[in-house]
Amino acid sequence: MLEIKGLKVKLEAEDKEILKGVDLEVPAGAVHAIMGPNGSGKSTLSYVLAGREGYEVTAGSATLDGQDLLDMAPEERAAAGLFLAFQYPVEIPGVGNMTFLRTAVNSQRKLRGEEELSAAEFLKLVRTEARKLRIDADMLKRPVNVGFSGGEKKRNEILQMAMLQPKMCILDETDSGLDVDAMKLVAEGVNGLRDAGRSFLVITHYQRLLDHIKPDVVHIMAAGRIVRTGGPELALEVEHNGYGDILSEVA
Amino acid sequence: MVTPAVSNPAPSLLDRLVLPTSGAWANDARKGALARFREMGFPGRRDEYWRFAGGDDFAAPEPEEAPILDMQGEAPVFTGLERLKFSFRDGRFEGTMPDLPEGLEVSRLADAGQADLHWARDLYGVLEAAGQSPVARPFAALNTAFAPDGLLIRITGKVALPLNLIYCHDDPRSDAMLHHVLRLEPGAELTLLENGPAAARLNTVLEVDVAEGACFHHVRTQGRDHGRRAVTHVFARLGQESVFKSFTLTVNGTHTRNETVIEFAGEGGVAHVAGAAMGDGRMGSFIHDDTVFITHGAPGCESRQVYKKVLLNGAVGIFQGKILVREGAQKTDGYQKSQALLLDEDSTFLAKPELEIYADDVACSHGSTSGGIDEEALFYLRSRGVPAAEAQDLLVLAFLSDAMDEIEDAAITEDITSRLEAWLARRRG
Repeated sequence: MLEIKGLKVKLEAEDKEILKGVDLEVPAGAVHAIMGPNGSGKSTLSYVLAGREGYEVTAGSATLDGQDLLDMAPEERAAAGLFLAFQYPVEIPGVGNMTFLRTAVNSQRKLRGEEELSAAEFLKLVRTEARKLRIDADMLKRPVNVGFSGGEKKRNEILQMAMLQPKMCILDETDSGLDVDAMKLVAEGVNGLRDAGRSFLVITHYQRLLDHIKPDVVHIMAAGRIVRTGGPELALEVEHNGYGDILSEVA
Repeated sequence: MVTPAVSNPAPSLLDRLVLPTSGAWANDARKGALARFREMGFPGRRDEYWRFAGGDDFAAPEPEEAPILDMQGEAPVFTGLERLKFSFRDGRFEGTMPDLPEGLEVSRLADAGQADLHWARDLYGVLEAAGQSPVARPFAALNTAFAPDGLLIRITGKVALPLNLIYCHDDPRSDAMLHHVLRLEPGAELTLLENGPAAARLNTVLEVDVAEGACFHHVRTQGRDHGRRAVTHVFARLGQESVFKSFTLTVNGTHTRNETVIEFAGEGGVAHVAGAAMGDGRMGSFIHDDTVFITHGAPGCESRQVYKKVLLNGAVGIFQGKILVREGAQKTDGYQKSQALLLDEDSTFLAKPELEIYADDVACSHGSTSGGIDEEALFYLRSRGVPAAEAQDLLVLAFLSDAMDEIEDAAITEDITSRLEAWLARRRG
């Protein structure tokens, strides 16, 4: 599904290399987690994959089902099935959440050459998905993320994911700012979307999210590289011993 | 006093204009206005409120040609509303008056101006004259003197249907002056809609007297006729506990200056004025100027100004807004917001927010900002599959929505928003 090879990326503004050769492969239907200390390049990786400006790829490749992601505009990556759940979802005053969702769903359909959803079809879909995430009518009416609590913003990200039905979902520190109940709700939403044709890359600092979204593979990232890869037990190891042991091992 | 315009041997607009033949009341008003105008003369760049764009477009002896707008089969705005329609072609009323409901009297200035006496005598040019101080508005005086047509409207009850003044022009060089007077008697209610390209060059005055407890809503669209040069004036006097709300949508136009002058004459009045303007200089020059002066002359009144401009390709936006709180106008609540969204580095926003306060128990605030599109929001939208151009348009509409929200009637807001959406979509191609 997602294949990253030797990816090197620097910040355009500072001429500073952040990713120093990342290799990663997430097969269809798999859930992979990336853990790592602050500044290891986890969020940069997610932004580069989603197509945010300000980064320069100096080497390597990233493909989604064989398509070159790095050559596509952000909207084309989305239409191809990539979804990034933001660590800090953006507030957009003046744009209603519902309008935003409908525009996003139909834009992707249009880019893929599919028929747009009718107002009725869309409404039915959004109501069903919103209910699962306990998102009420008021949250759908309000401007995108404006005045939402941390938990509401993250639930809104998962709602977008559910509506857009991407095949490759990247969750960037979705657990940050969530209390235990909100984290359970978000995890339920994600788990409900797991299937054989959909893959997840879960980026997190802490093991606790991985209690709820069980990964098949855990990667440890440090200083712009994947330094270790293992099973779910690797997350537990980090939880008990911190990153220090692993990092000194590979240093 | 001899003005530079008069002493200058170059041909003047004043030489070309002819005072319409009028009955006694209108004749007095016109002559008084002409005398006022001669005192002021045409504005120059040195005049404080004309220094940004000058007044030459409106003072030139002949108007520049403005191509007739091709609506490309698009229905005009407000089409879906049940309303009372009054049509003007090249600045003259045409067709017949619609059947008027109870509580509404309408006559043409061109007719009523011939009479010896008319109720409008107490207002025609009167609110304009009052609005000349402390800031001169020469084109308004010129209008009172020379405007041949317009409507004199008296509202004595709650009028359910909106009045729609629909403008069009056939002559690409038409030079129109329209002067409307509205008198809302105590407790009366009216919605006034204005739309359509009125003339190549347009000078309008709308004098509105809102008596105690009366309620006036005004929604105006200045459409896509790109060659338009227009200077418009609204003079409003607000009685006790009265409500005045005015919104203007402006799209394109070579030079548009909308002046709004409001005076609170009684306690507890409410005035909301708002404007959303969208200018693309790609097809020639675009200057849009909102000049607002609100005088709180009575205690406990609330005024609100919300002006938003979206500018690109060398477009120029101007905002000159003032709140004057007179001595004794305690508990005044004055709010002013003027913002510009600059879609490129060629466009300019010039803002002059002013507060002048002589009372000590008031709440007045103003904020003026200009900035580009929010790149974070743009990326967020694109990451959800919305193409860049569409995402930008969505953010443009979001930016303007603050001003649109000032429109009282949700159906009208929706109508106007959908026009803007369509206009943006056509620009995307």
